Formats: sequence, C-alpha cells, structure tokens
Amino acid sequence: MDQLLQHFLNALMLGGTYALLGIGLTLIFGIMRVVNFTHGELYAFGAYMMYALVMLSGANFFVALALAVVLGALLGAALEFVLLRRLRGADIDTTMLVMIGAWIALQNAEQLAWTGVAKSIDNPFPAAPLVIGAVSVGWNRLFVFAVALVLIGMTYLVIQKTKLGKAMRATFQDRDTAALMGIQIGHIHTVTFALGSALAAAAGALLGPVFVAYPSMGDLAAAKAFAIVILGGLGSIPGATIGGFILALAEELGAGYVSSGYRDAMGFLLIIAILVFKPTGLFAQKERIG
Amino acid sequence: MKSLVTVLGVAALASVPLWADAYLLHVLVVTGIFMVAAISLNLLLGYAGQLSLGHVAFFGIGAYASALVSLGFDISFFTLKPKPVWMAMLAGIAAAGLCGWFIGRLSFKVRGAYFVIVSISFAEVVRLVAVNWVELTQGPMALNNIPPLTLGSLTLWKKPENYWLVLAVAVVSFILVKRLVGSKAGRAMIALRENEPLAASVGVDVTRTLVLATIVSAAMAGAAGALYAHYVRIVDPDVFLFIYTVTMVIMVVTGGKGTLAGPVVGGLIFGLLPEGLRALAIKPETQWIVYGVLMVLVVYFLPAGIVPALKRRVRWIS
Repeated sequence: MDQLLQHFLNALMLGGTYALLGIGLTLIFGIMRVVNFTHGELYAFGAYMMYALVMLSGANFFVALALAVVLGALLGAALEFVLLRRLRGADIDTTMLVMIGAWIALQNAEQLAWTGVAKSIDNPFPAAPLVIGAVSVGWNRLFVFAVALVLIGMTYLVIQKTKLGKAMRATFQDRDTAALMGIQIGHIHTVTFALGSALAAAAGALLGPVFVAYPSMGDLAAAKAFAIVILGGLGSIPGATIGGFILALAEELGAGYVSSGYRDAMGFLLIIAILVFKPTGLFAQKERIG
Repeated sequence: MKSLVTVLGVAALASVPLWADAYLLHVLVVTGIFMVAAISLNLLLGYAGQLSLGHVAFFGIGAYASALVSLGFDISFFTLKPKPVWMAMLAGIAAAGLCGWFIGRLSFKVRGAYFVIVSISFAEVVRLVAVNWVELTQGPMALNNIPPLTLGSLTLWKKPENYWLVLAVAVVSFILVKRLVGSKAGRAMIALRENEPLAASVGVDVTRTLVLATIVSAAMAGAAGALYAHYVRIVDPDVFLFIYTVTMVIMVVTGGKGTLAGPVVGGLIFGLLPEGLRALAIKPETQWIVYGVLMVLVVYFLPAGIVPALKRRVRWIS
C-alpha cells in the first residue's frame, strides 16, 4: 500500500513536467497544424542551457532557469520565422519533413557542441528528501512540480484571459475567418511556436538537474509528448494536461510492477488502448474519423 | 526505347562485380538493401500519401525474424529448430507484413497525424523489446553467426553473389511497385492521396486501401531487413535506430516521392554520399547535420524531388 502511494506521488511529481511538454506540442499542432518534431530538441536545449549557465558560467540556479525558458522561446521564434513562415498554408506532410530535417540537424549540432558525454547539473536543494509518513519526495522534485504547475496555470491564463489568447483561440477554430477579422496570423504563429518551445525548454530545464543532460534526451521526451497529445486528443490543452499525468502514472506503475526495462513502452500501450477504444482521444475536439 | 534503356541499365549494374573492388561492392550491397527499403517506403509515402516514420521497425522485424528462424531459438514456452534460410527469409517478410497490418488497422481508424505518431512509437517499442527480451533476442549482445542464404548447392558467402541477389530483389521490388501502382488498388491509393472525400465518394474503401498499402510496404521493408541480416550476419537492437528511418525518408523525398525512379536515384545518392563525406574526414554528426539541412532545402527548392525536376529539364530541351 505504501509502495503504491509512493508510486502515485512520484507520478504526480513527474506528470507536471510531462503536461508541460504535451501542452506545448498540442498548442503548436492545434493552432498551426504543424507536427513539431523539434519539440524534443527544445527540451534538450533547455537542459543544456541550465548546464551552460549553472555549471559553466556559475549563474544562480533560479536566474538560469528563467533565462533557459526565455532562450527557449527565442529559439522557437527563430525556428518558426526561418523554417515555417514561408510554408504557411502548405500541407501537413511538407512541414513535417522540414521539421524532421530541423530535428536531425539540431540534435547533431547539440552532440557536436556538448559531446556525447552526459552532463550532470547541480541544484541548490537539500539532498535529504521530505518524508511524509511512509512516503518521501525529494525537494528538487517538489520544486519541479511547483514550477510546472505555475507554468501550466500561466499558460491557461494567457490563453483564456488575454487578448492574445483570444486571437490564438480564434486562429485555432478557423484560421481564415480569424484572418478576415484582422488577426495577424503570422504573428500568432510565431507567438504560438515560441510559447510551445518555451514550455518544452522549461520542462528540459526543470528535469535536466533532476536527471542528466545528454544529446538524444530529446527523442524520448518527444515520444512521450506525442503519446500525451494522442491520449488527450490532438489540439486539446486540458487533454494534454491530464494526459501528462496519466502517462506518468502508467510509467510509474509499469516500471514498479511489470518491468523497468519497459517503462518507456507504456506510452505506446496507452496509444494503442486509446486508438482501439476512443480514437479521437479523451478530450477530442473535431478530428475527422474515416 | 525506354525498356531498352532499362535493360541496358540493369545489365550495366549486373556487371559491377566484374570490375569493382570488395569495398565498393560492400557499399553497393548495403546501398541496394536500403534502396529496397526506400522503394517500400515510397509506396506508402509517395503513392498512398502516408508518412511512415517507423519504417525501420518493419526492416528490423524482418531482420530479427529471419535471423531467429534460421538460427532457431529456445524460449520458455516455445522451441524452434533451425530452418533453411530461404524459409527464414519468408518468415521475416511475413512477420513484417503482419506488423504492417496491425499498425495500419490501428492507426487508419483516424486520419491526420496519427499514423506518423503510431508508427514512430511502434518502432521505439520494438527496439525496447529487442533490447529487453534477452532470452529471445540476446539483447545488446546481438544475434551472431547468422547463416547466409543457400540456393541449391550454392551458399552466398561472397560479396559478388550477395550483390546479384540484392540487385535481383531490388529489380523485383521495383517491378512489384510498378505493377501495383498501375493496378486498380494502386489507382485507388493515388486517388486517396489526391482527394480523400472524392475517392471515398466513388467507392474507394479508404481504410482497406491504406491498410493494404501498409502491409505490402512493410513486407517489402521486411525483405530488405532479411537480406541485411543474412548479408551482415549479425543483428543487434541498433537496426531499429530512428536515423535509418530518416535515411529512407530522405532517399525517397530527395529522389522524388510518388515516382518509380525516385527512391532508386535517392537511394544511390544517399547510399554513396556517406562514403564521399567520410573520404573528406567529416564527422558523423556533421554528416547528419548536412542530411537535415539538405532535407529542408529539398522541400523548399525541389519539393517534387530530383527525378521530376530532371524529367522537366529533359522535356524542355527536347
């Protein structure tokens, strides 16, 4: 029982970051109709920025975290501007190929820049975990969870309460009509991609110090983000949030009770289950069924 | 005229072992194997309009299944005696085709990006199985001493024989895709790619057609994997690396998706290019960066690929 409780707690802690990854990806897909294969690389970028700032420049941990997120947003905006701006209106396969090319180039650039050796990043939290009854949780994990929740909340506020968010939602519903209403679609796309990228970089900057940073770390993160997004329904933000926690729980239970070697296969099993029983995801909006 | 050129081309390719050295021959055998995989991917991506980002899974399943059947295995609930290699290769093709059916049935319930994502995570899971199910796959220790193919009294130990085998399989795959694309099912695929609602309205069974394309494509990729296993004679979980899928995709896209010659031209370019880059002492990471940038540039400036661009040029001159 205590063990089960511990698994639930671990899943809750991890789920926040998964939700960040999923929300970023689903936003970009929903608004831009782009399957963003560079998402995992933005995640790795966040982790490596933490390494560069904290370990190489000696910056304060919290300042570094904020900077990493901002740099992630800037990189995202640059990617959108250089790669996707002129492909607006192109079909989904075309943008997909461009994003795959960018993914391969970015990942190998990371490998060239930081070598293949995994980098660990110091954190300022006490090493002794917080013990509550029979379960325990590391302070660093708790911090990651809290920041993830704050970022998720901020994203919701931006999308639901601001004028920018309104324009994003309008673009999501009908791009052409939104453009006719005077919304600058190009501007919305850049902001969306920057926001999604910032969330991915935040996830990487938060989890980098918990685990280690290595060049192919983004692949696994991207695979998980895809699973989360299918789980919640492509384009659904509440779906991605809950999907993040569901995936984290499935992985914790799978690793705890089945086999730790298959931890990363849980996402795929969830995808199969969802496609068999509810193909449009738990929170489907309007994806067509054939 | 056209068929004469084709025959002469194949004859020229068949004469390569008579003058090429062992290293070049090895590069060409591996290139040919990947070309078969690219031809299979082109059927899905180019004609049916579905991007399979887990194509390496079918390739790897073909390799593993064929290797395991030819070596025999002994797991807790099942024992298999070693079987002749030709039977093993057929088993590899069947296993890959079966997986294609499964993935197709599952993901073509929904349109859009689902097939891409399902296929990519399928490849990752198959890799995890290959790493973790040590009893069957030997995990990272790899399957060693895989026997080469035996045809009658001839066992294919040498490179020239393997080269001819791969060439024959490539020609058969090419003809198979050509015939399939010209058939009713193939025309249905192209109609779907161009306009799905319209195709459905004239009676094309959408899901069925797409699943069929996936099965054929997967089985063909499995054949390439089986060739690979019995040529290299060692298979480890690294056959499932995503980078091989990227290689196949870039071969098809650069050559020209939806053209018969596209994957052949693209396969030759990207089969030989790494050797050229290696001669320039370029690091593998840089090579992959070049691939990635090239992919972006092709989409921007040569969206239909090299073969259609060349055809237009030839028509313009004449």
